[in-house]
Amino acid sequence: MAKSKKEERRINIISVSLKLFSKNGFYITTIPDIAEKVGMSVGNFYNYFTSKDILAKELVVYISKILGKSIRNINDKNISTEDKIFEIVSMYFNMANEKPEMIEYFLRVYLSNREIFGENCEGMICVTDFVTEMMMFFNDGVECGELHNQDFFSAFGLFMGYLGGMVFLFGEKILPEPLEWYKKSISQNIYNALKAR
Amino acid sequence: MHLKQDNKPKLIWLQGITCNGNAHSFLNLENLDSLLKSFEILSHPLLPCTHSLPKIVECTLTTDILIFEGTYDPHMKRGDVLISNLLSHYVESATIVIALGSCACFGGLFKASAPQRNSGLIFNESDKNGPLNNYRNKVINISGCPVHPEWLAYVLRMFLYNKEVELDSFHRPKELYSNLAHHGCTRNEYFEWKVDSDNFGEKEGCLYYKQGCRAPMTHASCNKILWNEVSSKTRVGTPCFGCTEPDFPRNNLFVTKTNMSIPEDVPLGIPKRSYLTMAGIAKTFHIKRLEGKLIDYKKAD
Repeated sequence: MAKSKKEERRINIISVSLKLFSKNGFYITTIPDIAEKVGMSVGNFYNYFTSKDILAKELVVYISKILGKSIRNINDKNISTEDKIFEIVSMYFNMANEKPEMIEYFLRVYLSNREIFGENCEGMICVTDFVTEMMMFFNDGVECGELHNQDFFSAFGLFMGYLGGMVFLFGEKILPEPLEWYKKSISQNIYNALKAR
Repeated sequence: MHLKQDNKPKLIWLQGITCNGNAHSFLNLENLDSLLKSFEILSHPLLPCTHSLPKIVECTLTTDILIFEGTYDPHMKRGDVLISNLLSHYVESATIVIALGSCACFGGLFKASAPQRNSGLIFNESDKNGPLNNYRNKVINISGCPVHPEWLAYVLRMFLYNKEVELDSFHRPKELYSNLAHHGCTRNEYFEWKVDSDNFGEKEGCLYYKQGCRAPMTHASCNKILWNEVSSKTRVGTPCFGCTEPDFPRNNLFVTKTNMSIPEDVPLGIPKRSYLTMAGIAKTFHIKRLEGKLIDYKKAD
């Protein structure tokens, strides 16, 4: 019972800190800020995360697991690769709408402050769940003959760079239409760019 | 010359469509003479034997061991007698039939000369519909291109000592084929940390990602029972071609087939998702010692 409560508080810290980091930035947000928002003492906070850097890495792993799980559910579906692309785009944009802090953290903290994520979080280590599922998506797409066989990072960059860019524009309130409005055309563009020739 | 000695098991070595590779390979066995002295060799394509081919094709003799090397072609003749007739006769008396080499086991390289009718003795690639399928309890497959001389010697010795040879699902001796060619590979540290060999013939680097190496998917003991007692393909910088498996020969032997940079085939028994997770993490680390020539690492001043 006690363990469950501790886990609940841990999730609460993750949830609160995601919002604060993505809104105010990593360096401006302090542990006292997070502790206050969660409703715990700073001393108690350290029972959960021993430093701000470790918390930052845990957040990336947390987001990567959620994204990875969602993409795996799509990968496991018996649908065409074109439909899978639409589902991944939808899932990503829905997340950007409903839990913008997840994507914002990824874009504005993880990708923009690489110095924090050096030790123990370099390369794929913290984002392995997410990247592995994207690898499986591309692998399956080529295997069933729907996608053009090319370099992984060329395809990955095209797919995720595109989505990240759109969510960034959305966050900056530059997009004239809601994200939902772009799902179909963006999915189609990605498919056209990646499909087998 | 008549070499017959009493009470020795009789051995006949027949050939289908073959390059003689297994017969030649067997000549490299250390202590070959000593092993051969234990058998009465009725017929062999290269070694001294007691009977000529015309006598063998009369089908009046019996044998204890029948070795068949090469792809089985039902239209092929030896001494003007169909191979199928020779097999039908000698399989009856033989206690064991050894299908020697991947051609005799699965069709192999020479299956291509008439793919619709050629096969191995039990298997046609991995389908069990070869001419000796009904006699499969007698057949031991020793696959390879060529077979390591010690692999054949192992089976012959087991026969001499009346020991049972446990077989896998492709009728290969488990003692020799439960391992993968990957086991004992001197490049395993490079495989673990995903450091690839970029160029053919390099001493350093793993051959799996870029050079077509099939060792993690191939049942063989090439890196345990070394060739000429000192070497193996991977040790000299050549990828394993998977020559002991039913799908040998594959196309593009020096190229790893990938889907979006992801190997189409991953190490045997490992789910692709798990492999990608592990490989992605391993690739993250840059280990200086493994990135250059080992001989150049930390030289004396």
